[in-house]
This record gives sequence, C-alpha cells and structure tokens, in this order.
Amino acid sequence: MRIAVTGASSLIGATLVESLLQRGDQVVAFQRGQTDSPDRPTPGPGELVTHLGDVRDAAALDVALERCDVVVHLAAKVGVVGSRDEYASVNIDGTRNVIAAAQRHGARGVVHVSTPSVAHDGRPIVGGRAEPPIVEHGTAWYPETKAIAERRALDSSDERCAVVAVRPHLVWGPGDTQLVGRIVERAENGRLALVGAGRSLVDTTYVENAASALVAAVDAIAPGAACAGKAYVVSNGEPRPIRELVEAFCVAADVPFEPRNVPLGVARRIGSVVDAAWPRLHREDEPPLTRFLADQLGTAHWFDQRNVRADLGWRPSVSIDEGLAALGDWYRARRGEAPSR
Amino acid sequence: MDRPDDGTWRTWGIDPAWSRTFDVPGHDGITHRWHLLDTGPGGPDGATVLCVHGNPTWAYAWKSFLRRFGDDHRVIAIDQLGMGYSERLGADAPPRRYVDRVADLGDLIDHLAIDASLPLVLAAHDWGGAIAMGWAVDHPDDVAGMVLCNTGIAVPAGRGAPKIIRLAASGPLRDLVCRRTSTFVEGTVRLSGRRISRQDRVVFRAPYRGAEHRRAIADFVGDVPLTDDHESAADIAAVAAQLGRIDAPVLLAWGARDIVFDDDFASDLMQRLPHAELQRFPGANHLVMAEADVASTVDRWLTDLLGTDREPRPVVQQHTSSVFDGLHRRRAEHTIAVADLAGRDRIDFATFARRVDNVAAGLVRRGLEPGDRVAMLTPPGIDLLIAVYGVWRAGGVTVVADRGLGLRGLGRAVASARPAWTIGPRTAGLASTVLRWAPKSQHIDVAMLVGEETGSTELPSEPEADALAAILFTSGATGPAKGVRYRHGQLAAQRDALATTYGIGDDDRLVAAFAPFALYGPALGVPTAFTDCDVTKPGTLTATALDEACREIDATMAFASPAALANVLATADDAAGLEGVAQLRLVFSAGAPVPAETLRAVSALAPDASIRTPYGMTEALPVADIDLATIDRAELSGDGRGVCVGEPVEGAEVLVADLDFDPLAGVPTSVPVGATGEILVRAPWVSEGYLARWETERTARPGAGWHRSGDVGHLDDDGRLWVEGRSVHVIDAADGPVTPVPIERAIERALSPSGIVTTGRVAAVGVGPASCQQVVVVVEADASGLELADRDLAAAVRGAVDVPVAAVLVIGELPVDIRHNAKIDRTAVAERAIEFLS
Repeated sequence: MRIAVTGASSLIGATLVESLLQRGDQVVAFQRGQTDSPDRPTPGPGELVTHLGDVRDAAALDVALERCDVVVHLAAKVGVVGSRDEYASVNIDGTRNVIAAAQRHGARGVVHVSTPSVAHDGRPIVGGRAEPPIVEHGTAWYPETKAIAERRALDSSDERCAVVAVRPHLVWGPGDTQLVGRIVERAENGRLALVGAGRSLVDTTYVENAASALVAAVDAIAPGAACAGKAYVVSNGEPRPIRELVEAFCVAADVPFEPRNVPLGVARRIGSVVDAAWPRLHREDEPPLTRFLADQLGTAHWFDQRNVRADLGWRPSVSIDEGLAALGDWYRARRGEAPSR
Repeated sequence: MDRPDDGTWRTWGIDPAWSRTFDVPGHDGITHRWHLLDTGPGGPDGATVLCVHGNPTWAYAWKSFLRRFGDDHRVIAIDQLGMGYSERLGADAPPRRYVDRVADLGDLIDHLAIDASLPLVLAAHDWGGAIAMGWAVDHPDDVAGMVLCNTGIAVPAGRGAPKIIRLAASGPLRDLVCRRTSTFVEGTVRLSGRRISRQDRVVFRAPYRGAEHRRAIADFVGDVPLTDDHESAADIAAVAAQLGRIDAPVLLAWGARDIVFDDDFASDLMQRLPHAELQRFPGANHLVMAEADVASTVDRWLTDLLGTDREPRPVVQQHTSSVFDGLHRRRAEHTIAVADLAGRDRIDFATFARRVDNVAAGLVRRGLEPGDRVAMLTPPGIDLLIAVYGVWRAGGVTVVADRGLGLRGLGRAVASARPAWTIGPRTAGLASTVLRWAPKSQHIDVAMLVGEETGSTELPSEPEADALAAILFTSGATGPAKGVRYRHGQLAAQRDALATTYGIGDDDRLVAAFAPFALYGPALGVPTAFTDCDVTKPGTLTATALDEACREIDATMAFASPAALANVLATADDAAGLEGVAQLRLVFSAGAPVPAETLRAVSALAPDASIRTPYGMTEALPVADIDLATIDRAELSGDGRGVCVGEPVEGAEVLVADLDFDPLAGVPTSVPVGATGEILVRAPWVSEGYLARWETERTARPGAGWHRSGDVGHLDDDGRLWVEGRSVHVIDAADGPVTPVPIERAIERALSPSGIVTTGRVAAVGVGPASCQQVVVVVEADASGLELADRDLAAAVRGAVDVPVAAVLVIGELPVDIRHNAKIDRTAVAERAIEFLS
C-alpha cells in the first residue's frame, strides 16, 4: 500500500511512519522541515519518500499525494498562541487541500487526525463517546478550527473516497515534548501544579497505541466501511487519576514530584484571565494555564472504547504501565544509564 | 362534546387516530354517543385491555397504558357517558345509577364486537373499578384478568366511608363542589402534586370546563351509597358478595398515599379476591397510573398472564411437622426453657408452654382472627418468645422487624405490613400511634398479656402448614427493607433443616448471642439463653457475657454474628477461664461474611467445637454450610475466586444461572461448573414471597419454586459454592462482568503480609456507564475521608489482581450496613468514588 502521512515529523507521525515501513508499506512523508529528531524511523522492508511542504500549499500536496491509497492527515497548528486566521489557514484550509488532493488522486480513504477537544464543552466526560464537534470555542482557536475541519472532512466522505476522523486522547511517550516534556520541565523548575488535587480520572494514549490505531484506521477506511464518515476517540482505555500519571512521569524522568494544589475554581478563574490577557501581551510562548487547560486538568475525561475497537478492529497493545516503563528507559538512556529491564 | 383537534391530541401525547366515537344503542332504549381511545389491533399474542376510568377523570388517565403496550395489545380506554368526550346527558335525564353504568359498559362491550378469540383484560380505577367488577361478576368466563387501581367495592369492615367523600356527597354542597365549580376536578388533580406534569393537569381538566360539562361528576358522587337505604347500596353490595366468581388473575396496583381509596380498600379486595396480587407504589396518590410507572408493571404482568410456559410454583408441601413440636415434646418438663441473662430471668418448659396457650387465649378473647397481622414490638427476651408462639398458636401472623433496621427503618417496615395488632411495652404502643407505624392497630401491653391466666376461652386448632405465619424483613443493606412472607410449613421445614444440618437433638442447649436466633429455640425444643448484651449493638458482646450465658444453661451450641464474635475475641484476653465457651460442641455464625481468621481464633476458645457458618438470606436459610476445616482446605485447593460457603445443605438445591438471564422467561439453565453467575436456591423452607411487591416477587421467583438470591458466584468441581458478591455490585466492564469479592480477597491477601495497610477491608466498585465501567479499589487505611492512595499502595493493589484498576483510593472507614455492621455498602462506596474521581 502507498500511504501519505502529513505532519510526519511529529511524535505520532514519526511513530506511525515507522510502523508502516516495518510492515512493508510505501510511505510518503509530507512535512514542513527535515526532522531533527534523533529518532529517525528505522528503515523497514517498506519504502520512504519525503516531501517537504506545507498543507497550505495545494500544489505541493498535489505532487506528494499522487498514487496514494490512503492519506493520514496529521499536520495541524496546535497550542494557544496565534490569530484565528493562522489556525484556520492550517487546520481548516489545509484539511480541505489534503482531502481535495486525495480525491483527485483516487485515494480510497483519508484518516483525518482530530482531537477530543473538538467536542469538549467544559463538563466532565465519564465513559463518553465521540460527540459531534462544537464549532465555537470562544477564543480557543485550536479546538474551534479543528472542529470545523473535522466536520467538513467527514461531510466530504463519499462512495469514492471515504473519510474517518480519529481523535487520540492525550498522547504521550518517549520523546514527547508536549505532555511529558512540559510536566518534567515544570517539575524540574519547581512549578508543578495539580488542579483539584489531580484526582480526576483521565484517559491517555501511549504513542505506539495512537500509531497502531491510525494503522488500523488506514486498513479499515474504504467506501462503505463501518467507520466511513464517523469520528472515534482513541485512548488506552485505562483511565487513571491525573495525579498518579503526573507522578509516574516524574518518576520516569527522575525529577522531584512536589506539586502545588490549585483548586478547580481558582484554576478556571486564572485560566480565564490568562485567556484575555495573553494576546495583548504579544507573548510568543505558551501560557502557563488557560481556561481550556483548567477544565481539561480539573475534570474527568474518559471514554467508552467499545465502538472504536469494534469498527476499527483495534486494541491497544501497550498498557499504561508498560508505557511508563519504556518512558523510564528512554529517560535513563538520555542520562546515559542502562535500562532497568 | 367537541373533540380536540389532531394537533391538540398530539400535544397531549395521544395519537389522534386512537380517538374514536361510536353511536351505541343502549339498554335504556336510547342511542348514546361514546368516545374512546383505541390503539387498534395489537400483536398476535396480545390481549384486549379495556380501561374504565373513575370520577372525575377520563380516558386520558390511561395514557401510560396506551403508550406503553398499545403496540403489543389492543388498549381501549373509554370515556363513560357524560364524562370525557362522550356525550353529555340531557339536563332532564335522571342521574345514572350504578346499575345503569354497569349496563352501559355491557352495551359498549357488546357493540365494540371485541375479538372474542383474544383474552379480555379489564383495567379500572376509582369508581370505574366498581363498575368493571359489576360487569365481571356477570361475565366471569369472559374475563382473562383484571387490573384494579385505587378502587373499592365496599367500605372496609370497621370503618366509615371516607370523610372527604361524605362531605362532597352531602346535598347542596355536592352541586356546588362538583358541578357549579370545578373544585372536585381541581382537588382530584391536585392530589397528584408534582408527580404529574403541568400538561397532565391541563388535560385532565380539559373536558370539564364549564358547569354544563360537569353534571355527571356530581351524579357519580351522589351515587356513592353512604347509607344502607341509598338507591345503589343493594346493587353494589350484591356485586361485592359475588366477587368470588372472578377467578381470573387480578393485580392490584395501588398508590399508597391515597386518602380515599387507601390501603384498607386494598386489603378488603384482597380478602374478597384471595388470589389477587398486590403491588404498592409508596410515593403515589390517587391517580396512580399517571403518577408512577404502573404501566411497566402491568406490561410484565400481562406477559405473565398470557404466557403459558411458566412452571407453576409447587404448592407448599404438606410438611408433617410444625413449629409447636418442640414445645409439645417438652411441655411437661420443669427443666429450663429460656434464660435471659440481660433480664436476669428464666422460665421452664411447662410454664413456657402454658403461657403460650394463655397468650393465645388472651388474643382470641380480644378478637384476634386467624390471619391477623401482629407487630412484635417487644424487645428480645422471654416475653417476646412467649408472645410470638402465642400469636402463632392463635392463628396470627407475626410481623418481626428488629431494631437492627434502625428506628426509622423499623417504623417503615412495621407500617408496610399494616398490622391489626401490636404487642409490646407501653412505649411501643405510643410509638405505633404517634409515629404512625401502625395507627389503626390495637395495642396490647406485653406484660399484661403474658401474665394473664387462661380463662375458659377455647383455642382454635393449630394453624395448617399453608397458613401464613410470619413476615420478616430483609436487612435493607442492599435496598429498602422488604417484607418476606413465611407460611407455617416453611418455618417448620426451616427448623427441621437446621436440626438436620447441625445434628440438633434434645440434649442440646443453645446460646443465641444474635437475639432473633433465639426464636428457633422453642421450635427446636432446646433450652435457649439470651446473652447480657445490648441487642441493638451485637458488636458489644463480651467474652465474659458469652461465657456466662453458656454456663447458665450448660450450653452445647452458640450462635453469634461475626461482629459479636470479633468483640468476644477482642475481650477474651481479659476474661478468666472461659469454661462455658470451652465446652461448646458447635459455634455457628452468619449474617455477613465471616473471616476465616475470626473462626480460627474462636476455635482456640472452644477447642472441641465444630465451627460452622451457614450461608443464606432472609428469604431462604440455610442454603449451604461450611466448617472451618473445609474453609481452610478450600482456600488452599480452590481457585480463590470469592468466599467458599460450602456445599448446599441436605434438602436444598442450588443453581447458578447466567448473569443476564431473563427471570420472566421461566427457570434458567445452569452455567457450566466453575462459571460465574447468579445463585438461585430451592428448598421447602424458601419463603413464600414478598409483601405487597408483586414486581419484586415476580422477578425474584422465575418459577418452579426457585428463589434468586441476588448473590453471584460459582460452583467448583467438588460441588462447593463460592460467593463473589451481590449481583447489583457486579462491575459492568467493557471486557465483561467483574465480580467484586475475588478482587477484594486477592488484594486483602496481598496487602496483609506486606505491612502496607494495617486495617484490612477492601471494596472493589465500578464507576462509569453500564458496559464500560472501570474498576476502582477502595482500601481502608489511616485516612481522613477519601484520598488517592500513594504510589506503593496503588502498585501493590494493581499487582494483586489481573483486571485493570483505574484508581486506588484509601478511606478511613468503609460504610457498612446497620444490622450486621459488616456488609460493605458498595453502592455507597461507588457513589463516593464517582464523585471523587470526576
């Protein structure tokens, strides 16, 4: 199979490309720059072609996606810094470009990688399913533009080129600079805080499971498939209290775990203030807390995984505890120590 | 009457196609225009359910029936003449009397040409009930079943007509209240309060706007025969007298808060229709079908009624022994029968037997009739035992609710049994009146009753095996306390099962450290002793108190709750030479899971005793039995999944059914040995059923005498039964059901030697929606309230079990039930865990 992956240089993207290569697929990696990560995919029996380009550039996509059977669309602008236009051009227009190119080249399907935050309304999620996206999120441009992109992507699913949306929930793993990286950095600097004592039960996804779910989606997506035109939240299916996960990350990275506790109400108020103030400060870095983050960290978020497992024929292969052990080994290797196992 | 338009019907939740009118030639020679709601033909196996409303409602009262099972059955809800959207009778027409109404119903039924090949079920409410019964007694063969909701056919014995009706029915006031103003309509609708919607209130009033539409309401009220010379009195009395002709199944669905057709009317109908089943709806008032989910209950009842494959329950076996055998055998003896160490009192068999007869005679003299319910409000002691056997001897039914339910639970339990009599100290009499436990009962002072010498009163013959003997109450640990009915034959069979299982003979002497167990003493014919201990706090029994009771009667057996045994062990070190305990040949304990360590320690105090623990429930005891040695063997050899409760006792059968089995579909098949499922039991001593809970009884009794225990577990290769928890506590995880006890046991075992936790109880509960619940483990430890466990404890817990555990929490003390102070209230634990983790 010939599979194009946009945003291939991200943590999930690189892991996905590696999995596809190892099983012998031809992979077209579409990314903005050469990856400088030391974890380059190890060459498997498959074949890798890299195209440098931006999803806003329809012409570049048109070249890259030639003869592809399936496109996995990972490229996105994440975070909270930037104008709505910047988010919209990458996330909404970029997605439109990817799907248009896939349709033009006769791909049988597109796996659109989305985020559970598209359906997040601030309330706890206890055993929830992939709810329809909400297309207004105040000033949180990332979930808003991803919601619009997902809705349009699924609406474009037809009998020639089918689209499935996969929403991995809180992906982490070795080399992860987003979730684990930030927690470890804050812990090192003594700035670690937990919202509401960190007792909310949250689902997370070990990166290899996120990648294997995308591989399963690649194999499943086709016109007429059960998953065509639908959205799925993907996770390990092993929710844990946030505090327990954060502590485990710190233990894996061998940094002190001395969190301050911020009550949920306080965190929400701080988040709202930051939301209003950050753009006026013209800061380029990520703010310490947003209203969205406060809700995410202070309320339960875990999902019913039965339909994703049934429709994609997928189960996570790495448990949370196995993932934590691998994370510990990765940090040990980085410190020049031998793995524990 | 102008009918509402289609849009209005739809707004009301009624399919406009159901609304139909008919011109029906009447028995009075006049053709009347009737309106009714008719769902049309139902399924091939359906019935015709004809619903007759009361005053002042209309067909809309049956909306829930029409909607709930209008597809499966043909549901027809009529508007009586002059009511709802049927024609209004002329102003000069004479008021329609009861006989006219019954004949009207007959006219309509004949005219509708209801498919006679389908069973006809009548459903009726309020005055509609009297009218439907009037038609049914003349057509008993045409009626396949009846559902009666808050209605009546006669004012119950010993009381007058409801005051409120009396007031409304009195002459000039009647016209004012019923016709000229909408007071009567309004008042009826308001009784339902917020249990019916605003819209319901509007729709109930809709056909009765304007005095010209309300004439029949006043006529109905005027037709209530408040005096014997009333025009309709004789007609209604005739129907009441013939009610026995109806042998079709009858379901009484009763709103318990109705002040007009109250529980007394239900009891009156139960006496006239002894085969009727009763389902009370405690929160509901008069318009019960609109206020509570009566429709679902009736739906299931109809399924049952029409189904043919249900095996009938075997009739109570004509048990040859009786609960009086023990007393008969020893009634000449002057050896000790009962000793009360708390009350410093004792009584011999001869005196005990004589007092029982005296009490029975005293009760008969006071007017107690066989079948009367008698609430036993006497604290445990000699007088209680005499009173219980006295009530039984007189043919009464003892209502036994113990203080272990808590005072409120006790009051509620007594009230639900509606006793005609209460026996107890003066304070209990006050409580039953002031706290309204039994406001209509007659109180008898226990000391006076027991002290009476018999006069010349002739005692009735001893009750038959199938006579109702007792109403006991479940602990309420897993829901509200439910009344459990026992017949005499079942109690006698239970006594015999205990005697067989434990080899109890005339040489045995029993210490009842769990006070209610003393009731078995006289039936077994063995001397019995109460310990000196607060009966409401069995956990305070000291080793000295137990030993004292043992020595008092030279005891061979002692029965104690697990909590009592634990305290006995805790206080044993300070006690000097427990010789009374040491000579016991049998110690048994039940009521909640008994830890093996407790039994082992007891064995050290009573070295020659066989240490046993029966398994069972209020509805069926004993089911299985196990001794300490077998527990130890099972723990070593078994798979450790749950708590081993031993083999079924002689005469009892156990069946393990699939967790998802449908109790309405008959007796389930067994799952393979080793597989987990719900435990069902069958034995001659399984209770008769529940009190005023048709629904509960129906789902608990799938047929052929089997009783669902509500426990889950499995049978092992050696035929031993293992309990894995309560079925309501099974964790409904995505990968299949997870039973709590095996997880809890595995964690307890893993934690105890590690020294991580010192106290030791563990609860495994599910959080999240059905079929994708996550397992959360809560461990008792040194904590204030609920907290996340630390990293080491969480790792130790996860390492001990092979199911994914989402969270490990610690808690200072797990919530437990009141009665046994031992059963973990996992439902409460789960609620707290969900709150904590969200």
